[in-house]
Parts: sequence; C-alpha cells; structure tokens
Amino acid sequence: MDKVKVTIDGQQIEVDDGSYVLEAAKSLGIEIPTLCYYPYMAPYAACRICCVEAHGVGGWSKIVTACNYPVWDGLEIYTDTPRVINARRTNLEMLMANCAPVPVLHRLAQQLGITEPRWKTDTNYTCILCGLCVRICDEVVGAHALAFINRGAKRDVSTPFQLDSESCILCGACAKNCPTGYIKMEEIENRYIVHKEMNLSPNAAITLPFRQAVPNVPQIVRENCIHYKTGGCMVCAKVCPKDCIDYGDRPKFEEVEVGAVVVATGFDSFDPSPMKQYGYGKYPNVISSEEFEVMNNAAGPTGGKIVMENGEEPRAIAILHCIGSRDHDYHKYCSRVCCMYSLKFSHLVKEKTSAEVYQLYIDMRAFGKGYEEFYERILDEGVNVIRGKGAEVVPSGYRQHEEGHLIVRCEDTLIGKYREIPVDMVILSTALEARQDAKEFGRKLNISTGADGWFIEAHPKLAPVSTTTEGIFLAGACQGAKDIPDSVAQGGAAAAQAMKLMAQGEVMMDAAYAVIDEAFCSGCKMCNDMCPYTAITFDDAKKVSVVNSALCKGCGTCVAACPAGAIMARNFTDEQIYAQIEGMLS
Amino acid sequence: MAKPKLAIYWAASCGGCDIAILDIEAKILEVADFFDLVFWPCAMDFKYDDVRKMQDKEITLTLFNGAIRSDENYEIAKLLREKSVVLCAFGSCASEGCIPGLANFTDKQTIMDYVYKTSPSLEPGNNVVPQTEVKVFEGTLHIPNLWNTVRTLPQVVDVDYIIPGCPPQSNQIAAVIDAVVDILKNGKPLPPKGTVLGASDKCCCDECKRKRDVKKIKKFIRPFEIVTDPEICLMEQGMVCLGPATRSGCGAKCVAAGVPCRGCYGLPSNIRDQGAKMASALASVIDSIDEAEVERILDTVADPLGTFYRFSLPASLLRRVQ
Repeated sequence: MDKVKVTIDGQQIEVDDGSYVLEAAKSLGIEIPTLCYYPYMAPYAACRICCVEAHGVGGWSKIVTACNYPVWDGLEIYTDTPRVINARRTNLEMLMANCAPVPVLHRLAQQLGITEPRWKTDTNYTCILCGLCVRICDEVVGAHALAFINRGAKRDVSTPFQLDSESCILCGACAKNCPTGYIKMEEIENRYIVHKEMNLSPNAAITLPFRQAVPNVPQIVRENCIHYKTGGCMVCAKVCPKDCIDYGDRPKFEEVEVGAVVVATGFDSFDPSPMKQYGYGKYPNVISSEEFEVMNNAAGPTGGKIVMENGEEPRAIAILHCIGSRDHDYHKYCSRVCCMYSLKFSHLVKEKTSAEVYQLYIDMRAFGKGYEEFYERILDEGVNVIRGKGAEVVPSGYRQHEEGHLIVRCEDTLIGKYREIPVDMVILSTALEARQDAKEFGRKLNISTGADGWFIEAHPKLAPVSTTTEGIFLAGACQGAKDIPDSVAQGGAAAAQAMKLMAQGEVMMDAAYAVIDEAFCSGCKMCNDMCPYTAITFDDAKKVSVVNSALCKGCGTCVAACPAGAIMARNFTDEQIYAQIEGMLS
Repeated sequence: MAKPKLAIYWAASCGGCDIAILDIEAKILEVADFFDLVFWPCAMDFKYDDVRKMQDKEITLTLFNGAIRSDENYEIAKLLREKSVVLCAFGSCASEGCIPGLANFTDKQTIMDYVYKTSPSLEPGNNVVPQTEVKVFEGTLHIPNLWNTVRTLPQVVDVDYIIPGCPPQSNQIAAVIDAVVDILKNGKPLPPKGTVLGASDKCCCDECKRKRDVKKIKKFIRPFEIVTDPEICLMEQGMVCLGPATRSGCGAKCVAAGVPCRGCYGLPSNIRDQGAKMASALASVIDSIDEAEVERILDTVADPLGTFYRFSLPASLLRRVQ
C-alpha cells in the first residue's frame, strides 16, 4: 500500500494512503476526543467532536472531522488551534442542547472550557443520536436489531416498533459502547443477559479457562460469542496482532497411547441454591466460598477487594460452615477442608477490612499439621467463633437503617441461646462433592464410584491410590474430599505407582481371565454389553466376540451369560467345576 | 455285492421325522436304489419278527426317531441296536426327548387320569382305562406299558450318531445320506462316535441374518404381542429366542420368518443344559438392577420350563419334574 506523509501539530508521520486523520493522530499519541467513533467500523462523523483544522497546499484551511477525513500527501493537521476548540465547543453545546448533562458530556465540556451551555435543556433524555449503537448492531454484531426511528426532533434509536426485538441477541455491544449510557440492558422473561457469572463479574466471550490452565491460552466461549450467533463481529480477529483467532477451531479428540492412567478429576463445589434458608441467589451478598475466593483474588473482578454488591466494604461478615456437608439431606460426610478455609477467610477479611467476622460451626475440625495453631491465631485476631450451625439468613428490615442488610439466625450451643447476628455479607462454606459425571466417567475407565459418587480405591487402607482396574490410579479429591497437602501426597504416590508399573516393561497378569472359543461363538452379542471392565469387543470381520485379556479380570459374568458355552474362564472351566462336584458327591 | 441295509423306526414321535425323510423328494429314489430298505413301519408293512430273524449287525444303518416311553419303544430300540452296525438317533425326540418329553413335567398316573377320565372331550363318567393285559375271546392281548418317565434313545441304548432337529431339515438329511453313501461306496472312515451329524458346532445366531446390537430387556414379549421388526434381532425386540443356545444347521428359518427360535436343534456341543444356559443368559441381559423390577421382568416369561426346555427336558440335567 502506498504511504503518504502528513503533519499533525508539527509532527510528521508516514501512514497508509486511504487511512483517516484520527488513526494517524492516534499513532502519534495525539488525543482527539470522540463520541461516535468505534475503531472496527467505518467512521460516521455523527458527533463532530473530533473536528480538526486541515491545511492544504496554497494556504487554504478548513475544519474537518478527523474520524472520516482521509489523509493525503502533504496534509497538515492542527488539533489544538482556537478555531478547532471553538468548533468543538459549539458542536458540543449543540449536542447538550437536547441531552441531559451525562458525565461524558460534562467532562468534555469541562475540557473545552464550557461553564454554561448557551442553549439550556431540562430534558432527561440522554441520547446524542450519534448512531453508534445502530451501526454496531448492524455492522459489527450483525443482529440488525436497532434502528433510528422518527424524524427531526422526535428522532430516536429503538428496536422495530419499539417492541422487544426477536433479532436482539442480548450481546450488550450497543449498551457497552453507548457514549452516554442511553442504552441499558434488562432481563426479559426467559432470555438472559449473557455476561453474568457467579454474581460477581461479567463473563467474557474470550477467556482463560482458569489462571493455571495448561496450555495457558485464551479460548472463545461459544455460548457468549457474538460471532457464533450472527456470523458477524470478529473484532477480536481484527485486534489480534498475531492472527491467532480461529473461528473454525473445534474441540478435537486425540488418541494417546499410555501405560497407566492417573485419575485426578477433582471435585464439584456444592451448589447451595436448593437450601432456600440461606437465600443464596436471592440475596446478592450471600456468596459461596468459591465466589469469595474469586473476589479475594488480586486478579479477580474486584481486584482482591472484599466488597458487597454495592461496592462498599462490609462491616460484618458471617461465615457459615457445613453447607451441604454433615447434613443428612445432602451429604453426610465431612468435607474436611471447609473449617480450615473458613478460618483462612476470616484471617483474610481481618487483614483486608475492619469487618467483624462471625464463624458459625458445628465442630471445629482443625486436625492437620499447624492447623490448631492457626485456629488459635484466628481467635487471637478477634474472630467471633460461634458453636452452632447457621440456621437461616433473612433480610433485616425491622428498622429503616437496617435495610439491605442480612440477619443470620442460629443457636449458640455454648451459651444455650438463640441468636440473631446482623451482617452485611454471608459466606457459605460449601461442601466438596463428587463430580456430576463421575459415575459415567468411571464407567469409561472401569473404576467404580461409591454411594457419595467418589471413586473407590482398591483398598481403603492398603491400596488407597490404586483402583480395581490394573494401571488406573487415583489422585486428589476425585477419591474423596481432601485438602491440598493430602492431594499432593496422593498425586505423588499415584505417579510413583504408575512409574513402577511402566518401569517393569512387562506386566504380570493374573492367569484367571476369560477366553472366547471362536469355533463356538456365533456372535449373538449377548456378552458384549455386560462386561464390567468393557473387555469384550466384537470382531466384525470374524463375526465373533473377543475378550481383551489385559482388561479382563476373570469375574465370570460373561461365562455365565454365554448361551453357547463359548466363553471359558481359565482355571474355572466347566470340566473343572463338574469334576469338583463329582468329587464332592462321590 | 449285496446292497447295504437301511432301517427307519419311529418310537414315541409324531411322524414328522418320517415325513422329513420323504421330504428329500426325488433323492428318496436314490436311497431306495442304493439301500435295501429292510424296516420302515411308517411307510411299509414290516413285522418286528422280520427284524428279530435278522443276524446281529445285519442292518448297516438305522435311523431311529422318537423318544423311549414304553416297553415297546425300549424293546425295539434294544433290538435295532443289536441288529445294526450304525444306530443313529434321528431327530429331537430320539436325541433329547422333544415334545413327548414334556410328559416329564408330570407323571404317568396324572396323564392317564386326564386322558381317560377327566379330559373335557370325554363322555362324562368314562372309566375305561387301557390295561397292559386284556383277556378277550381270542386270548390275552398285551399292550405295551407306558413309562412314568420319557427317556431319550442314548439313555437306553448305545447310540453312534445324532441327527438333531424337530424335524431334521431335509437338506441336512440329504447331506447326511450323501455322506453315508460316500463312506460306504469309497470306504472312507466313519466320523468319531457321538458326532452330531447334519448340523454345525455354532449356534442358530450364526445363520441368523438379523442385526444384533446391545441386548437390554425390560419386558419379555410373546410373538402374538408385537409385529416384529424384520431387521433387528428378535431378542432385542424382547422375545425369548433360544437361538443363542441352540445348535445351528436349520438355516434359522423360524427367526427369518419373525418367529423366535424355540430350540429344536438342541444344545450346541459346548454346553450341557440348553434351558439352564438360556435362562442364565437371559437373566444377564435384564435391564435393571432393582431386585423387585428384575423379578417383575422375569415374571413376564410365560411358562419358563416349557419355554427353555421345550425340546430338551428328558436330556437335560433336570430330566423330569420330581
């Protein structure tokens, strides 16, 4: 592309022919105010705030809009002359004539030295009719849900017939880019606003799955991405300097041949919303422990600040233990980690805020190394520790000044009194539970899950890492609720077990496994689906079923099931069993 | 050279096996040409005395159909064993008891009472029951005694070969005859004793053309209850098909016509009890782990003993109902 030389405020720059003054100024670091400009869209010059003075050969000059004035060789631009300021001022005053003094206009007015606009307005209409929303919806999003309506003084932006638009995909691009905040998003009926997550932060369409993800690269969340809804947008592809965005990328299945498998699928966090008494999901300041961790993260949505929904620091926080665990309605087991993380939370709250902290516990289980000492330290820090499970969280509304706050009801079993504790925020220490798909996943690996959904180890004391399936090991919370040191220890043990297995080179198999005699198998497929270890497959070429001797555990299920007697359990053949019976009867 | 001698006998049977032999069509002429038919009570007039007069091992081949359930059956079975070089249990009755074997569900007395006293088709008050000895004007008549238990031919005499089926399929009979002719003409060695002729070692499924996939049974369905899908395995459609536990050789004709296999070709060589095997297999594919539901599903099998042991009760490990 041809290059042209332009001079902006005395600085010369070489830019692509056909680009606009605003872009050239931006690359020089010269600030030009804009309202209706969006970099990934054709310029429109509706707000006319970006006007600058253009000087040409022969001494002529005129006011042009920087966003859509194309550069040419020898062009001289001035952005700060009194003439420019005057033009911007007049344009802004005219915009303000029909628009309430929204912050963005107020700020610009201050910059341009307007103390009192010449044409007064007492409207609370906040649109400057720059059309950015209409153009974004059209050109970028591609939903075409917005348009200008009416003419002249009644001109406005709206959806067709001013009704809820079926075309709107609720992406929020219009609202996000509206310079004055005229457009707002609200939930209507069953259509939900896309950008919501854990009551705390927007959920972007491009995100890192989590901080420690491997590989640590961002990914597009299809459900949230405009491109997969309308085929438009693709702003990210324009932004990315390395052309990394691939909209056609799909999840791929890759087959990896391995000698051993360590299952470390972790746990799910208990969802407290069914426990209506705690008002999770109803009161915005009732949050789960996981949400608190997200909030507490220095890289999180609040930058590590502990704040309520309204952005204010809470004055009192209650931490409710055993939400979903040690509870006969949900999980009977103890989640083992909640007591300690709850104590950690109170330490963090004490460190970051001056809030009062209440811990409501059933039993304080501080059983690990250094844990009891930590508990004592928390007590010294002035945390209120109440023995009694939090019974209910209700909004406080008895008195005017209490409005918007919460009351936690509980029985303090140490003093034998019913208590109501006024707090600003409630943290629910939710249980650890087995992954929702643990059972299904276990079936794929031929490992079993217990009543609570955790994977079952080969022996609770002597083989806590292995499973009943050779070569498959368990690590971490997928086997049962456990804390980080325990998970790390088990992970190390699982890795060592896997290494031990593979280092042998050859593996000794139990000789008791089933074999199918091809001569007698007629491929009725009776046995194919019943093997608990999925060791049986069907050979389509020979039309017979085949037992994989490495997977077979010799349980004999298929032997009993084979109606043709074609499957034989080694060391437990019919002949042997008949001989035993005969021996016993003789 | 004298023609090899052929005998065909029917004991407790329906006669279907004899018809099946005739069903080989024009080939019967070859049989008549090659063999000297010395005994075939169903088709020609022979007397037992004709056989008694023969020398031991004079008959080259005897095809014996029918189960053993009377003194007469037993006597002729012993007689033919003495007179024959090769004795073949021909058809399901001779080899495993078949439909007459269902008499083992009950006992002789109950059968006699029903047939001669309580059956609704009798004149009320009928009390005429056959006796083994009856004195009439000409002298004493002897009627063979009916046994309490139906037995198979191999249970009473030494049998050389077995040809299964109810009845054996005509193409299989023709093939066996061809093989016998070949052996006799060309002096080929006989197959080892006890060989099952006219069938294969695999199961009926081997010959079945239906598509098989995963078997998961929620309810057992009887043939009259559904219109079967012509493509899919009948068992997957919920029917009790004995195909997986039945020797192949029949050409899977019933299943091709949409009727589940009833098991007439008997048990394949690798198992000892067809009914038990089939019941065990079916129990394995019931689609439930809830005990009460499993029970309920199993209850939908109509007449389990008659279904699983329709052809094999006398030869099974059960033998009879005690």
